Amino acid sequence: MAEIRMPKLGESVTEGTIGRWLKQIGDSVALYEPIAEVITDKVNAEIPAETAGTLTEIYIKENETVPVGTRIAFIKEAGESGDRETPLVSASREKVEVSALEMPHAKDQDDASRSRYSPAVVRLAQEHNVALDKLRGTGLGGRITRKDVLLAVEQGAKGVKGERASQPSGGGTFATSVEQNPPSSANASSQRAFEPTMSAQKKDASGHLGARDVSMPITPIRRTIATRMKMSKHEIPHAWMMVEADVTGMHQLRARHKAAFREREGIELTYFPFFLRAVAEALKAYPLVNSEWTDDAILIRGDIHLSIAVATSDALVVPVIHNADQLTVTGLAHAVSDLATRARSNRLTLDDVKGGTFTVNNTGAFGSIQSQPIINAPQAAILSVESIVQRPVIRGGDSIAIRSMVNLCMSLDHRILDGFIAGQFIKSVKQRVEAYTVDSDF
Amino acid sequence: MAVKLYIDAIREAMQEEMRQNPNVFVLGEDVGLRGGVFRVTQGMIEEFGPERVMDTPLAESAIVGVAIGAAAYGMRPIAEIQFADFIMPAVNQIISEAAKLRYRTQGDWHCPLVIRAPYGGGVHGALYHSQSVEALFYHVPGLKIVTPATAADAKGLLRAALRDPDPVLYFEHKGMYRAIRDDVPEGDFTVPIGKARVAREGDDLTVITYGLMVHHTLTAAERLAADGISTHVIDLRSILPLDREAILEAARRTGKVLIVHEDNKTGGIGAEVSALIAEEALFDLDAPIARLCGPDVPAMPFSAPLEAFYMLNSTKIEDAMRKLAAF
Repeated sequence: MAEIRMPKLGESVTEGTIGRWLKQIGDSVALYEPIAEVITDKVNAEIPAETAGTLTEIYIKENETVPVGTRIAFIKEAGESGDRETPLVSASREKVEVSALEMPHAKDQDDASRSRYSPAVVRLAQEHNVALDKLRGTGLGGRITRKDVLLAVEQGAKGVKGERASQPSGGGTFATSVEQNPPSSANASSQRAFEPTMSAQKKDASGHLGARDVSMPITPIRRTIATRMKMSKHEIPHAWMMVEADVTGMHQLRARHKAAFREREGIELTYFPFFLRAVAEALKAYPLVNSEWTDDAILIRGDIHLSIAVATSDALVVPVIHNADQLTVTGLAHAVSDLATRARSNRLTLDDVKGGTFTVNNTGAFGSIQSQPIINAPQAAILSVESIVQRPVIRGGDSIAIRSMVNLCMSLDHRILDGFIAGQFIKSVKQRVEAYTVDSDF
Repeated sequence: MAVKLYIDAIREAMQEEMRQNPNVFVLGEDVGLRGGVFRVTQGMIEEFGPERVMDTPLAESAIVGVAIGAAAYGMRPIAEIQFADFIMPAVNQIISEAAKLRYRTQGDWHCPLVIRAPYGGGVHGALYHSQSVEALFYHVPGLKIVTPATAADAKGLLRAALRDPDPVLYFEHKGMYRAIRDDVPEGDFTVPIGKARVAREGDDLTVITYGLMVHHTLTAAERLAADGISTHVIDLRSILPLDREAILEAARRTGKVLIVHEDNKTGGIGAEVSALIAEEALFDLDAPIARLCGPDVPAMPFSAPLEAFYMLNSTKIEDAMRKLAAF
């Protein structure tokens, strides 16, 4: 017999969510065949069967999050007759037993109670848009009770301060940041984005479903993206700027080498690695942009690890090209190709998504010419490379030429970066991408 | 209003109905000359004579069988079972005949019968004089079951039972006969069957109970109130049919529900109340539904310490309430 447990998918990872069961009870399973998809904060992975046999028990439901080491399934080996020593009644029963067995310390039990919500608590939190992880529970073992949620709703209705009063201090909330760093007018959009979540809104889709409407369940990965985006917008005062660059030279250079590159490297030569190269170099020149805000200091990162946003049909993942400044355009092209391929086939490892210091977003791939990306917290900025379009451009004051133009859009953490340094940085990127000519090396 | 004993309220209800309606009569063991083993029918044979307050042989199947026959002929019998424990020989009459008469005749016949039975323990009655039997009948469509907890309800529910066209089991906790007294309204009032009573209003937890346990629960609720914990207490009064709306409203009010009854836990009324709440009010629940009931042992012991162990009391209920409130 073999028990399958929630694997430890990284050094600091303590829990995982079962995204999807790839095998059902009764299915036969080959050795190392994936049986379930696991979602952690940053990466999706598959759990392989460590033994061949038949999947006889599934203890954890899809979308349920359990600590690392929790028993999640049971495989009966081929030819095995004996059953488990302790037959289990149901998934929920098992969860309780696991908690009792594997979390002997009082503190751990408290943690379990805290994150285990009653139906009433979940319903109220959804109705009133209350973030349960921010509440302090007064129930047994710190459990959040219905009264705790109602109190938070009541206090929330009285204003931001009231709502915050029920939350642990030092949470780095947006409200706190505003008090410390009044946003400039450039941050008006950030404020507007925050407003809807401050009011206790009802967000139940079923309440206003028309005959032709479809209610789509929220997948764990979608919920994670939503949480991350919301958190970033709440906590970081976003400012935004855009420059346009003339990349006619880069366009000609790529056209010249495209076929040979594909022949030689086995991958397409796209524009993106050129931009990555320029960003990595500019970050070296302006290290403050390669930083993050902490409560007591601005932490400037020594290594340049570029996160690149990769969109799949139903998710967004952000793998990292580590030490991007040490790679040539060709090296970067390979790194992008490798990460994108693995991202789209769910083969990324936790290391692939760890440690990014700056994000480059290839929105141009969708034909976009302008975007306002949300910062990949805790990074200080994110840059979008928009679509390269040919446009008539006035050159030298008295002539018009057809040029390949691109917009570079950057969102920045206005706590760390001001217009001056951000402007210098983006100008540096612009100059680097404009410097390519048809004869450049890369 | 006047303060009356629970036992007197029951007697008054019978007497007043018998004065108003010549078809009402009482039958049972020792109900006549002796005035009942608990003196519930004391003085009634003197007023109404042996034809309307009939002493019967020790044969519960006969008592109930005769009563069913009389009811079918338009009489309004009150069949007294001396101790609820003794009802077993009459179970076939109750379940197979009384409960089904209306159904099997497509409403041509019905069975306006009241069966009174003292039940419950804590009175040193031991094995055959302490049982709670309500769950045995709870499963049977066609019956109604009431268990008043106050003198006022005792009178009002018995009146309602005597005017009901169908068989009603009227379970009176013998521990309350002379221990409970409260204001009983004057005049011709009834308490409708199927309606629960809010015995106490509160916001922190809900206790749903009936019979003697209502009083233990209210005592415990007082103690919790001293510590700032507010308890909502529902006295079911009728256990068949249950007052679904009242139960669900009380459950939704606090999200924490404790069900208390003296009867055994397994398959008891609490199981049904719990299932109802789970089915209808899941998303209002803030804690697992809790039950505090008598232990699943065959009978009430005679030994005083063992009897005390078996019986629920306000301390045991208080403990369960505090545990739930803290959840």
